[in-house]
Amino acid sequence: MKPAPFEYHAPESLPEALALLSELGDEAKVLAGGQSLIPVLALRLTVFANLVDIGRIAELAGIERRNGSLRIGATTTEAAVGADAQVASSVPLLARATPLIGHFQIRNRGTLGGSIAHADPAAEYPAVALTLDATMEVASPGGRREIAAGDFFDGLWSTTMAPDEMLTAVRFPVWGGRCGFGVEEFARRHGDFAMAGATVALEVDEADKVKRCAIGLIGLGSTPLRAGGAESAAVGSSAREIDAAEIGRRAVDGLESVPADLHGSASYRRRVGAEMVSRAWAAASKEACGE
Amino acid sequence: MSERSVRMTVNGEVRQASVEPRLTLADFLREKCHLTGTHLGCEHGVCGACTVMVDGAAVRSCLAFAVQADGAEVTTIEGIAHPDGELSAVQAAFRDCHGLQCGFCTPGFVVSVTAFLRDNPGPSDEEVLDALSGNLCRCTGYQGIIRAVHQAAGTLREAAGA
Repeated sequence: MKPAPFEYHAPESLPEALALLSELGDEAKVLAGGQSLIPVLALRLTVFANLVDIGRIAELAGIERRNGSLRIGATTTEAAVGADAQVASSVPLLARATPLIGHFQIRNRGTLGGSIAHADPAAEYPAVALTLDATMEVASPGGRREIAAGDFFDGLWSTTMAPDEMLTAVRFPVWGGRCGFGVEEFARRHGDFAMAGATVALEVDEADKVKRCAIGLIGLGSTPLRAGGAESAAVGSSAREIDAAEIGRRAVDGLESVPADLHGSASYRRRVGAEMVSRAWAAASKEACGE
Repeated sequence: MSERSVRMTVNGEVRQASVEPRLTLADFLREKCHLTGTHLGCEHGVCGACTVMVDGAAVRSCLAFAVQADGAEVTTIEGIAHPDGELSAVQAAFRDCHGLQCGFCTPGFVVSVTAFLRDNPGPSDEEVLDALSGNLCRCTGYQGIIRAVHQAAGTLREAAGA
């Protein structure tokens, strides 16, 4: 339960951090809040010769509204996200998903960027980012670029960032109009990783027809997933007439790599997932229609 | 691997030591500061026994390295009672309500609850359960702990109103 020895680096600026990551290559790992990394180091599931602590880089933390989106710095803690009035009003899905992350002591240190860069398919923020089509801002010594959430998660705990790139901020689009949002999870114990979960965002027009919608799936594959088939089936239909249970069934239809372990078989998780989608959809639909 | 010098304020006292970067904050407090009230159960962030406050926020000290807390203000269970030794409202409530038996998990509970009630002085039953969910107790069955939180909340509210 003690991590293997490593060298510790605490850069105070982004260029310094990027230079270190580039120089150290595969030997280095970024340390943000450490709430995922330190347990795996303690259990010696992984070993790194160098940790680059980005917690002292002031410019990486903070929340600001920029045109049509809310930009959240990578080292902003989950507690800060959960307590922020702008997040609650502009990106309600993110605010509502936050209390489902671990426990309050974990959220006091865990960061938004850390959770998303760690890319755990059972975690909340990666699914929210994918559902809302967030934009990842990444930086390397060569410059900055943006990656769409849909192109960001490419496998279990794996992203399309290059080894010398670092996630610096995430921009969440602010949905306007008649919108509703829902997030539901099932876990055996409060604060555990969900066995399955779902995130839903939807917008209806004046006649309560679904204008656009997004359904995210938590813990039902090797990455967070979107239920594209169920989404396109719902667009154009009257939100009041849509059967939420049918949306749920459709959302898990055709999933190929549902995990199975001693906590539940793939078929069980699939059924739990369908129910979570159904509940999240019902809540989002109710909110959007102003019921 | 090279050691680094860290300096932090623990319960109001400045502590400085040269440490390996891999030394957790929990081990720093126990081994370098000899403050053994912070208990280590699981050492990977599950049990909550090692909870301390870092700059006022309750955190798991097994999930932080001492080097990350360089410059921080840390409060451990030893810093919770009043300076004259009188128990804090939370500690007294745990005693009165049988909120502890063997006492192993108690420091983590007391620190967590102290931070929780500071931020939420009038919690609902559900909020209390949610706040306690990050700490494990294998003796009490939790009922005494839940009563202790409500009693402490009442005592603190009275004190604030007085």
